[in-house]
Amino acid sequence: MSKKIGVIIFPGSNCDHDAYHAMKSVMGAETEFLWHKESDLSGIDLLLIPGGFSYGDYLRSGAIARFSPIMNAVVDFAKKGGPVMGICNGFQILLEAGLLPGAMLHNEKLRFICKDVHVRVERSDSIFTSRLSKGDVLRLPVSHGEGNYFIDDAGLDSLKQNDQVLFRYTDAEGKITEDSNINGSVDSIAGIVNRQGNVLGMMPHPERAMEKTLGSEDGKVLFESLFSELQIA
Amino acid sequence: MSTKTIKEPEVTLDLAIEHGLNEEEFEKIKEFLGRTPTFTELGVYSVMWSEHCSYKNSILEIKKLPREGEQLLVDAGEENAGLVDIGDGLACAFKIESHNHPSAVEPYQGAATGVGGIHRDIFTMGARPVASLNSLRFGSMDNPRVRYLLDGVVRGISDYGNSFGVPVVGGEIYFDEAYEGNPLVNAMSVGIVKHGETASAIAEGIGNPVLIVGASTGRDGIHGATFASEEISEESEAKRPSVQVGDPFTEKLLLEASLEALKTGAIVGLQDMGAAGITSSSSEMTARGGEGMTLDLDKVPMREKGMSAYELLLSESQERMLIVAEKGREQEIIDVFEKWDLNAVVIGEVVEGDKLTYLKDGEVKAEIPADSLVLGGGAPQYEREATRPKYLDEVQNADLSAFNHPKDHNEILHKLLKSPNIASKRWVHEQYDTTVRTNTVNGPGASDSGVIRIKGSNRGLAVKTDCNGRYVYLNPRRGGQIAVAEAARNVVCSGAKPVAISNCLNFGNPYKPEVYWTFKEALGGMGDACRALSTPVTGGNVSLYNENPKGAIFPTPVIGMLGIVDDIENHVMTPGFKNKHDIVYYLGAKRRGLGGSEYLKAIHNATTGDAPELDLDFEVTLQNVLLEAIREGKVNAAHDISDGGIITTLSEMAIFSGVGANVSVKELNGSIYDVLYSEAQSGVVVTVPREEARALEHFLDSKDLPYEELGAVGGSRLIIDEFVDQSVVDLKESYESAIPKAMSQ
Repeated sequence: MSKKIGVIIFPGSNCDHDAYHAMKSVMGAETEFLWHKESDLSGIDLLLIPGGFSYGDYLRSGAIARFSPIMNAVVDFAKKGGPVMGICNGFQILLEAGLLPGAMLHNEKLRFICKDVHVRVERSDSIFTSRLSKGDVLRLPVSHGEGNYFIDDAGLDSLKQNDQVLFRYTDAEGKITEDSNINGSVDSIAGIVNRQGNVLGMMPHPERAMEKTLGSEDGKVLFESLFSELQIA
Repeated sequence: MSTKTIKEPEVTLDLAIEHGLNEEEFEKIKEFLGRTPTFTELGVYSVMWSEHCSYKNSILEIKKLPREGEQLLVDAGEENAGLVDIGDGLACAFKIESHNHPSAVEPYQGAATGVGGIHRDIFTMGARPVASLNSLRFGSMDNPRVRYLLDGVVRGISDYGNSFGVPVVGGEIYFDEAYEGNPLVNAMSVGIVKHGETASAIAEGIGNPVLIVGASTGRDGIHGATFASEEISEESEAKRPSVQVGDPFTEKLLLEASLEALKTGAIVGLQDMGAAGITSSSSEMTARGGEGMTLDLDKVPMREKGMSAYELLLSESQERMLIVAEKGREQEIIDVFEKWDLNAVVIGEVVEGDKLTYLKDGEVKAEIPADSLVLGGGAPQYEREATRPKYLDEVQNADLSAFNHPKDHNEILHKLLKSPNIASKRWVHEQYDTTVRTNTVNGPGASDSGVIRIKGSNRGLAVKTDCNGRYVYLNPRRGGQIAVAEAARNVVCSGAKPVAISNCLNFGNPYKPEVYWTFKEALGGMGDACRALSTPVTGGNVSLYNENPKGAIFPTPVIGMLGIVDDIENHVMTPGFKNKHDIVYYLGAKRRGLGGSEYLKAIHNATTGDAPELDLDFEVTLQNVLLEAIREGKVNAAHDISDGGIITTLSEMAIFSGVGANVSVKELNGSIYDVLYSEAQSGVVVTVPREEARALEHFLDSKDLPYEELGAVGGSRLIIDEFVDQSVVDLKESYESAIPKAMSQ
């Protein structure tokens, strides 16, 4: 039986169509939208929480979305080891829901940032990066106002001990510089996984870098890794 | 009919004048009604007959613009936006609109709601917005108030557009003292819809229910349309309550719910509530359908208590729409809006007759023939007195040879690259989401126009906003021609065929004969160019009364150009140099005349001379030949020559790619100042691989298009004869750092 990918739509999600297109048209996988009021995730093998401004994000990014009916099901799905990928606002929602540690602050310079950045792959033994090598550098777009990842010292130690940092902002050569940390994130963190390694949150948008026509295909390899690990399509 | 309550003031000529109407108009209203209007009716007429809604002082000139074209699917002005056939069973709805006055007093909300309003115009037609652009004008960046306005406007566009989820793919920003105190904020939205799935802004079918959907109605933005129709003055600050407040989240829900509701097939017509809210949507839809409408204002979901009929009708609360449903199917629509947690309430119905009737507290508060309110119906249309401005002789005859030109071209070049009109706008663009919806092929910045691909098609769209107000000021007719010609050239440089325009006509007070003359001339020029280039006008917006206490702004008819890329994989062109050893060519008209140039402004602080030269026939040839060359893969980079002249064009091609070039401009006969800095029209720089250079020359010869070989790409420096020798890194530093530095003051 072919595997199925679910893309959750919250009110205010605006990368839902992009994620759907990336999975369905570019990767050729069976994909369906999941409305936030649903609570049944049976038949879903991979969950994508797309970017956007859930509920307008007037309070704090993701702070209201975590109370949506579907989030209980998402937590159960994740706890049972189901793979979940939260991109941008999806990452913020996963933090608010407690599936990943830490919190998001406004970008250090208090302005929205949309541009291509470089991230260094810190692990190649995760299901999201198995087709990559440690130290590889990807060029991916970011587009966020609240991407300044924060975690306290104890939390950071724990992240490092458990090897949970998957991506860091770097320059094109993979070096961390003053300018490469675009939003002021603790330890230049751009993406992390949970301890079990099945939940990923990342600020850059791999789904926006899947086609040559649009300038970069670097995002595709994450899904290729994931698809081969999960034997999708 | 007893409609007066104790609170309502007596309707007199003085009150009408206070509402922005004149005596003649007040008499006309009495004639239409056969009696003195009620207070509510006076409010309704005053907004509908404001310049903003009625175009009363501009429509007679606008009608002279060419509006015919094979690809146009609706006539200009007939629906909320123009609709153009783009092939593959798809159509493009696009429009540009101003939000100048609100942005002058409240830049953040003014700009944000400008973005919201224009997107609503697009999805009201059933089209999903896929790209947005803007065109901004401010005073000098040395003025802290200007930096405050720029910051607020950019944040407003950013917060609203990013949340709504439509990428900004292009735009332009100019700074000049002429816009001090009266910035221009024009926003454009581009949407795509399948043929046969478009919606119409019509109310018809007696007995069909009328629904208000979306946000609740509050007291914000009352008389916004009237405010937009008067000059900015020192008292304008007190009009801040006339500025609407935006909520992009609700707009996003409204978008999704509207498109989903349209799919039910239960919608007869819908219109967004922009200026003059319930009044304009109900009267325009009703006038189009030719029947009547009765609305019970008590049923309107309200944000605050105790709102009067007058306030409800004139409120410009954002993120609302009026829908006429098929009788008996209204619940299907309500269900969709409820799914998206939005209001959808039946507030009235389409009725026999021709009257619009508004009820409140069980009383008739207004009863008006719908047709008497609207453009094309009873709304007044004026031809104003026109006088050629005296300053024109002075500037056009100015002796430009009297300027003492500085000797060091390297220094001039750096000054030009640092001029905020030329310098990189990255500081602005990076605050906008430019890649959401995963269609952006060329974003803002390093390209002559924004290019998006169309999913499910091999085609793409190239879009551009353009106008050099300085040219229009110096020569209104030619300036109008150039605005269109340059926008089209930009689109061609990206590999697209220009097909149609939308326009946003920003001018001063039309009651001033010199302003009105300029308006007429500039539109005449636009019409000339639109006819020559076969790019009809699909619609747009007029913003008059753009003045500050010192006088009118530069006349600024901003063009929103739509072009079609036939083959998105192979035809898209960018301006950056590609490979070392590529040959650099100049194609086009003679480089001569410094009138209106950025060189004169940045180096001599002068806005004078005649507008740059333009021969429309030659322009058409150049664009056709260039497009053919791009489509056939005969060039690998193309960049239009505009602000700053060929020297900045070459610099930008180097800066965008990080690669230098060694060129000579000596074959472009003329004074070196003319050659390097003239903004003469119809000129582009292209590059081609060395081994294909002869083939390009043969092609250009066969088309009789003048060209010159300038040199070759390569190295880390830009070298232009003995005049310029600069490292690309240094050029980039000047180009990139100017605006961030100014904004960090």
